[in-house]
Amino acid sequence: MAGLAQTPAADFVDCDVHLTVPNTRTLIPYLDDYWREHVLRRGIDGDNLEISAYPPNAPINCRPDWKPAKGLPASQFEQLRDHVLEPFNPRYAICNVLHGSQVMFSEDLSAALCRAVNNWIAAEFLDRDPRLRASIIVPMHSPDLAAAEIEHRAADKRFVQVLMFSMTELPLGRRQYWPMYEAAQRHGLPIGIHAGSSFRHPPSAVGWPSYYIEDYVSQAPGFAGTLNSLVAEGVFLKYPELKVVLIESGVTWLPAYLWRINKTWRGVRSETPWLNRPPSEIIRDHVRLTVQPFDDPPGQDQVQAILDEIGSDDMLLFSTDYPHWHFEGTDAIPAGLPKNILPKVLLDNALATYRRLN
Amino acid sequence: MNVAVLDRRPETVSQIYKGFIDCDVHPFYKSAAEFDEFLSAHWREHRRTIGGRTRQGLSKASNYPRMSPGNGQRMDAWPPDGTHPGSDLPFMQKQLLDLFDVSYGLLAPLVGGAAGERNIEFGSALATAVNEWQLARWSDPEPRLKSAVQVNIEHQSGAIAEIERRAGDRRFAQVQIPPRGLEPLGRQRYWPILEACAANGFPVSLHLGGTSGHPSTGGGWPSYYHEEHPSYAQSMQTLVVSLVCEGVFERIPNLKVVLVEGGFAWLPALCWRLDKAWKRLHAEVPFLRQKPSDYVRQHIWLTTQPIEEPERPHDMLRTIEWIGVDRIMFSTDYPHWDQDDPRFAFKVPLPDEWRRKIYHENARALYGFD
Repeated sequence: MAGLAQTPAADFVDCDVHLTVPNTRTLIPYLDDYWREHVLRRGIDGDNLEISAYPPNAPINCRPDWKPAKGLPASQFEQLRDHVLEPFNPRYAICNVLHGSQVMFSEDLSAALCRAVNNWIAAEFLDRDPRLRASIIVPMHSPDLAAAEIEHRAADKRFVQVLMFSMTELPLGRRQYWPMYEAAQRHGLPIGIHAGSSFRHPPSAVGWPSYYIEDYVSQAPGFAGTLNSLVAEGVFLKYPELKVVLIESGVTWLPAYLWRINKTWRGVRSETPWLNRPPSEIIRDHVRLTVQPFDDPPGQDQVQAILDEIGSDDMLLFSTDYPHWHFEGTDAIPAGLPKNILPKVLLDNALATYRRLN
Repeated sequence: MNVAVLDRRPETVSQIYKGFIDCDVHPFYKSAAEFDEFLSAHWREHRRTIGGRTRQGLSKASNYPRMSPGNGQRMDAWPPDGTHPGSDLPFMQKQLLDLFDVSYGLLAPLVGGAAGERNIEFGSALATAVNEWQLARWSDPEPRLKSAVQVNIEHQSGAIAEIERRAGDRRFAQVQIPPRGLEPLGRQRYWPILEACAANGFPVSLHLGGTSGHPSTGGGWPSYYHEEHPSYAQSMQTLVVSLVCEGVFERIPNLKVVLVEGGFAWLPALCWRLDKAWKRLHAEVPFLRQKPSDYVRQHIWLTTQPIEEPERPHDMLRTIEWIGVDRIMFSTDYPHWDQDDPRFAFKVPLPDEWRRKIYHENARALYGFD
């Protein structure tokens, strides 16, 4: 049997806490004059820009005791305070927003709404508790405007990462994205790649599934496709300081994936001759993964086996994934993670990954 | 370059692989005109004038050129007469069937274009033609080679008729469907075809490939074959998710599914993920009466190639244990560039009992071979 889940008792960083934009009207004060008028005249303030990748009331996406009597989970500072900051008391908690502003087809509207969301995060969360940090949200399909938002926000050191979905319009390694990676590297910001899709395409090559559980489970192979792209296109050779954090990937798929991509590389590397070492080495140097959800095997020895196969103590970052439902009470450390790696998982790896936390 | 040299020493301790059942052999034609004799005059003319229409930009070539000629063939598999690898039976016998004294070879034709054809009447006619071609060119002259029933699953009545036509013909071992289709295979619209497979005693072979028109990742079209090749294993995973979560195995309890050319080491983590998500989301799929991994364990077989090569070779043993040694069947993928050789494929010694199962017994039991 797997060991018991544990509560993070010592000093630690929570690398994935969600904030929910309660409604579009909330963003009005945070838009500039032009976009405020634009949004109001078109009635966009009345549109619900919730993304389809994470229905907020699906059981897996909100723990029952974290569900507010009214409104959306994780949409108010007080919820975050009562559910995360007080019971867990992290050194830092990194807030991630998943919202329609990131995926609007109009690149300009997308950029304007993302800027408003970032303003909202700063004013209504970061200003209210010194332990809070956040990811910069960006128009995901517009790398030049994403880079501009990074430049605009970079002076505020409480923003420690740039947030993307794992599945957008183009695989994330494609050169079109590189202006964003250049800006991120220059400002010491990792790219957080969160599970999710803007659904410009079906979630996999086999087409559109019927059920949410299929979308959800298919996120793990979706991440693999994203890593294929980041590795093969040579992003980490072009930007050697860049770190990528896979958020809510499930983790345990990684070893078999590394075996596969290494073998492919041995066979076809003349197609991508810039890759001068095995993909697994590149990934171990540049890629980190948050630990909730952790797709636990049933046995303690299996957890240890997977960790041995991952082959690096540097890659895992602690997260609660609040308010998603992966554990009860405060037992947020996945069952079976051995004690000897916890200091790194809980704190050291986060400090090494997020330079702005130091 | 700092890369470990692979251990390519042949297996000398045990030769249990000899006489194995090869679960993935690719026959090819010497001339594309070979199919004409099995098509009506109308479809011959159609083929000559309009030709195949799939859901991709190139009509005759792959989106992702391979790294060797002939769309990724083994360099030494070109027959002496210069025809295409896999097209010459005596040469295939020399390089594969006789060399290893193969008991049976399961054909997986990737020719003819039946499955992905957008004109489904034409697709259906092509399927019948390729089935006749397999018998005439391969299974009849070389009875060790078992044909795979081709169908166009968008043509439901045609597919079912073709399956029923081949029922009881022991020259056919299974029905072959490409994983990348218009919709996920688990969707209800495909159930009548899957029911016909089960009712007529055919396992369903899902050999990677297909031109769904959907990008090969959920995040769009990759640039390189370097990405396309591993994406096959990722498509296989979403296919398993579809078959399990859409309730196929509740509806068709005697359905047997074989995943071909997607490797297998990814299966345990996928099962852990399925079970964990189901714990929270079972209300959405109330027709599932067991946990997802139970359906996988009961209904799904995997072929080995392209076999994963763990960085520490012994990790392969655990992976096989986690999947269940009775569900894994050896395949070469002859004559493709990334084929596995039974002498070298496993980089770690397997117990003899495992070898017997993986090379012989599992396929013999699944397909009911003598």
